[in-house]
Amino acid sequence: MILFLILAALSIVSSLLVIFPRSVVRNAMALAATLFFVAVLFVTLDAPMVGALQVLVYAGAIMILILFVIMLLNPAALEARPVAWGMVGSLAAVALLLELTAIFFYRPSSAEQPSVTVGFGGPEALAQSLFTDFVLPFEIASVLLLVAIIGAVALAKREG
Amino acid sequence: MIIDFAIIAAKAFLVLFMVLNLAGVLGWIERKGSALIQDRIGANRASIFGFAGMGLVNTLIADPIKFLFKEDFIPARGDRLLHTLAPCLALFPALVTFAVIPFGDVLVLGGREINLQVANLNIGVLYIFAMASLGVYGIVIGAWASNNKFSLLGGVRGAAQMISYEIAMGLSVMGVLMVYGTLEPQQMVRAQGELLGGWLPAWGFFLQPVAFLLFFTAAVAETKRIPFDVPEGESEIVAGYHTEYSGGKFLMFFAGEFAEIVTAAGLVTTLFFGGWQVPWLMRDGFHFPWGGAIVLSPLAVTVLQVAAFTVKVIFFCWLQILMRWSLPRFRYDQVMRLGWKMLLPVALVNVVVTAVWIVLRERLSNP
Repeated sequence: MILFLILAALSIVSSLLVIFPRSVVRNAMALAATLFFVAVLFVTLDAPMVGALQVLVYAGAIMILILFVIMLLNPAALEARPVAWGMVGSLAAVALLLELTAIFFYRPSSAEQPSVTVGFGGPEALAQSLFTDFVLPFEIASVLLLVAIIGAVALAKREG
Repeated sequence: MIIDFAIIAAKAFLVLFMVLNLAGVLGWIERKGSALIQDRIGANRASIFGFAGMGLVNTLIADPIKFLFKEDFIPARGDRLLHTLAPCLALFPALVTFAVIPFGDVLVLGGREINLQVANLNIGVLYIFAMASLGVYGIVIGAWASNNKFSLLGGVRGAAQMISYEIAMGLSVMGVLMVYGTLEPQQMVRAQGELLGGWLPAWGFFLQPVAFLLFFTAAVAETKRIPFDVPEGESEIVAGYHTEYSGGKFLMFFAGEFAEIVTAAGLVTTLFFGGWQVPWLMRDGFHFPWGGAIVLSPLAVTVLQVAAFTVKVIFFCWLQILMRWSLPRFRYDQVMRLGWKMLLPVALVNVVVTAVWIVLRERLSNP
């Protein structure tokens, strides 16, 4: 419980740091820190595989690419400007907040809480469900990613 | 309870202590060894009452003191916070990765079984890759916070290189994972204790030689040393991402590089060279394939295992230093071509071939 409180506080502080500082690189670093703390939360919740993948994929690869783009584009030249669709974004944020508040007050009865089985969250359990019960969604997602990669390459070829 | 906690703390301290000390000693080996390779004398200036100790006084006492007392320079228009954070981020992944590398089998001491590994995770190999992938932040953030175009170029090169070689590294380990069927380093090492054909140890190197070459190349590229040191490239971009670093912070980058060498050597040893396994050494002593046996006490076996692990790690550290002083630097486009057009396809082919081989072997053994 103490561990959870420390991790939760760290996650909240670092996610606030994502939006408040004016330096884009600091924001990106705060986002990486948030992803890392959430990954540690996953580990404490008996899901070490998800935690490791979170660090490996999000903090270790996607955030690096975002930093890469920021460094190449020199964000110092970017000025604050009115955001189009700002109203829609605010409404969506409020709707999300309400939804999360509802979850916060929801207390499941003990019968509804599934117990953690042996091997839960490990690589074997994840692979079993991924390659037997959910093999079709898994394959569809991989085809979607392949289409995105080919599309990106095709666009880059045409511009160059 | 308290004893269990003390054992874990002692193991963590011991591993951290050994990695950091080996990193320091490697600094000495690097300078004296390079002098040996290039027919020079090497570090011999500093001495205490005339005792220079083969340059040990110079590299292990005089140099760190000099680093710590130098001015800590931060560029005027750089980012002070991130400039300080970057060396810590560079040192952190190299030090924590060693936590899942086993340095011995189970040690039974006073009726208590001690697993000679700091943390036994069932996702061990994934943990290693997750931590290794965080290593990029140190150089990218350090390069950015320096507000220097040479640093920035070095940082961009470093990020591109490390992401490229991480992919080849991950795919090359896939073959090893498939052969041993586990993600736990300790179980992998145990599986490497078996014998092939009754005499050859089932080390990863003998089962997956291609994966070893790919992994070792990628691991050397991850340490950002020659022949893969384009992020530093002193003849092109001054010193790359750590151009604007001095004093203790530069020492941290420097120590991080050597700690990465130690970690890479530990990984190669664990995955491909049997970790703590000594050929034909079982739990009760040696059983030679040509007959005959030497019975040993469990404590002696454990000492031999830890010694074997240490010798293997030091050998691969030395091999990396030897490579660094023997080879010229790749050009940037050559680094990228090697990573994406050679290592990656070969790693994919290796995965496919290994999968076919495993399926065929299963079919043949129980038709």
